[in-house]
Amino acid sequence: MRNLKIILSITRTHLLTRFKQTSVAALGVMFGISTFIIMMGFMTGLNGLLDGLVLNRTPHIHIFNEIEPSDTQPIDKSELFENNFNVIKSIKPKVSLEKIHDALPLIANLKKDKMVKGVTSQTSAMAFYVAGSIQFNGSIRGINPSEEAKLFNFGDYVVGSTTKELTKNKNGILLGAGVAKKMSLSIGDKVNIMASNGTSLPLKVVGLYQSGLSEVDNVQSYVNLSTAQKLLGKGRNYITDINVKLYDLNKSPTIAENIERNYNLSAVDIQTANAQFDTGSEIRNLITYAVSITLLIVAGFGIYNILNMLIYEKMNDIAILKAVGFTGADVKRIFISQALIIGLVGGIIGLLVGYLGSLAIDMTSFETEALPTIKTYPINYDPMFYIIAIVFAVISTFLAGYLPARKAENIDPVEIIRGQ
Amino acid sequence: MSVLKSNNINKYFHKPVEFHVLKDISLNIDFGEFVSIMGKSGCGKSTLLYILSTMDTDYTGDLYLSGEKVSGKKQRELAVLRSKHIGFVFQFHYLLPEFTVLDNVMLPARKLALKSDKEIKKDAYEKLDLLGIKDQALKKASMISGGQKQRVSIARALINDPDIIMGDEPTGNLDSKNSENVFNIFKDLSQEKNMSLLVVTHDKDFADKTDRIIEMEDGVIIS
Repeated sequence: MRNLKIILSITRTHLLTRFKQTSVAALGVMFGISTFIIMMGFMTGLNGLLDGLVLNRTPHIHIFNEIEPSDTQPIDKSELFENNFNVIKSIKPKVSLEKIHDALPLIANLKKDKMVKGVTSQTSAMAFYVAGSIQFNGSIRGINPSEEAKLFNFGDYVVGSTTKELTKNKNGILLGAGVAKKMSLSIGDKVNIMASNGTSLPLKVVGLYQSGLSEVDNVQSYVNLSTAQKLLGKGRNYITDINVKLYDLNKSPTIAENIERNYNLSAVDIQTANAQFDTGSEIRNLITYAVSITLLIVAGFGIYNILNMLIYEKMNDIAILKAVGFTGADVKRIFISQALIIGLVGGIIGLLVGYLGSLAIDMTSFETEALPTIKTYPINYDPMFYIIAIVFAVISTFLAGYLPARKAENIDPVEIIRGQ
Repeated sequence: MSVLKSNNINKYFHKPVEFHVLKDISLNIDFGEFVSIMGKSGCGKSTLLYILSTMDTDYTGDLYLSGEKVSGKKQRELAVLRSKHIGFVFQFHYLLPEFTVLDNVMLPARKLALKSDKEIKKDAYEKLDLLGIKDQALKKASMISGGQKQRVSIARALINDPDIIMGDEPTGNLDSKNSENVFNIFKDLSQEKNMSLLVVTHDKDFADKTDRIIEMEDGVIIS
């Protein structure tokens, strides 16, 4: 303990009398660490935003009734043709309803499952937006606004209003931003929607829906579930899509498979649907780490150089210390502790500067059509980055200090003293 | 009783060519003896001193310090023995330039850690007083004169109350007045504190005043 105190007092004197060199070394670490923090925060923030763009509003499992030709044709069931090679040409899908059969019990069942975070039901309908004598093709989707907002961040894409407005107003519509522009409609105006069966409903525009993808915004609008069912002239069990959000995204393929098998429905899981997004963000993360770690390694070389020079300057001191009773290990500790102090001080200042830099970026205005609710650049303040940064700063400076320190440990004092 | 004893010490230099520097050196120094080693440059006297000081361990033969055999011990143990029993004074004062005079003097004792820092400080002031440089205690080592530096390094050599002080040309870098001073300090230490001294020197006048002169030539003791 006392030994350590002496070593640290020598370290302190060395560092303070060479304040300039020490500061330069610490600055090197500081730059490395702060850049790491800023880059990681910024890049992963952006990644999160981009992933969120797709993943947040994509259900983990999307259940629907796909219209497709049956796998087993009647001829396959007949014993008469069992051993024959049957060829059927021009198979067509069987006439069936678009709605999910027994949707309400299925939803109730799903909600009971412990792995399911929430379930929303939707009714989609092809429709026309009627503006005077012109009709636009469009797609209307009936939703439960508050649940959609809670589970799939639906609120992020509503402009000039909130999802609550739609809940309050049964005859309201969140009009696609592109549609609104084409028809020069704004919030508060009335719009006529006509279903393919001829039913027409006058609805009040309570807000705009802007996804950022213009081909969606030009056709897609949202109404209450009951309004959509009314438009189609169907009852409240007419549900075409069920979206499921799970607690654990990774379980989605197995659960989707179970639903397909048990209910004879199509269920698409998020991982199958959006595999490329995962890959994209993984590669972006990899690049960020690679660049940041390179920066830290460069800072490490700076420390290595400065300590190496310091040791050459301090040859005499090392010889004296050894002559008056310090062991090689003591001398090594002196130089390693110098490296560690440079690393820690530079690292902690680097964390602070990195944090301030992130705050500055966080306040920089960033407005884009694609993301109506985002006003500034996204930053990820994950404490993990700060931990990684400081640990890396300490480890790299330790390594950078270790090699010169070991050299100092092995210096033969006799050679130095006699060499003069 | 002997403070330092060596039996048949042999040493070779391997670079640049194989060279037999010290040949069967046996010597004995008693407590309170003031001994000087003389000889021409290259006769091996400094080499011998560093072997006797335990800093150089690359030799064959036996070395005893205050009756304890030290040859074959590990570096770590030698470092402790060295700071306990031996004080050093070099030709170039070899102080840590960025530390104060007081810190320089205290350092070996703080490392040995047999006493509290407070006691060590008191001791250090005592030693500095003994050498007449107490008033310089809080100055940086790089800020005092050459003669003062040498006295500081003697004070440092004394801080752990060693059995023997070894000097490698301790007056080699000093003018005659300062040399005289250093000699008188050494003489006092040997007579009043019964301390042994072993000094390598070129200075004939200096050596003549010591109790015994060991003369070396080509790696052997000739008288």
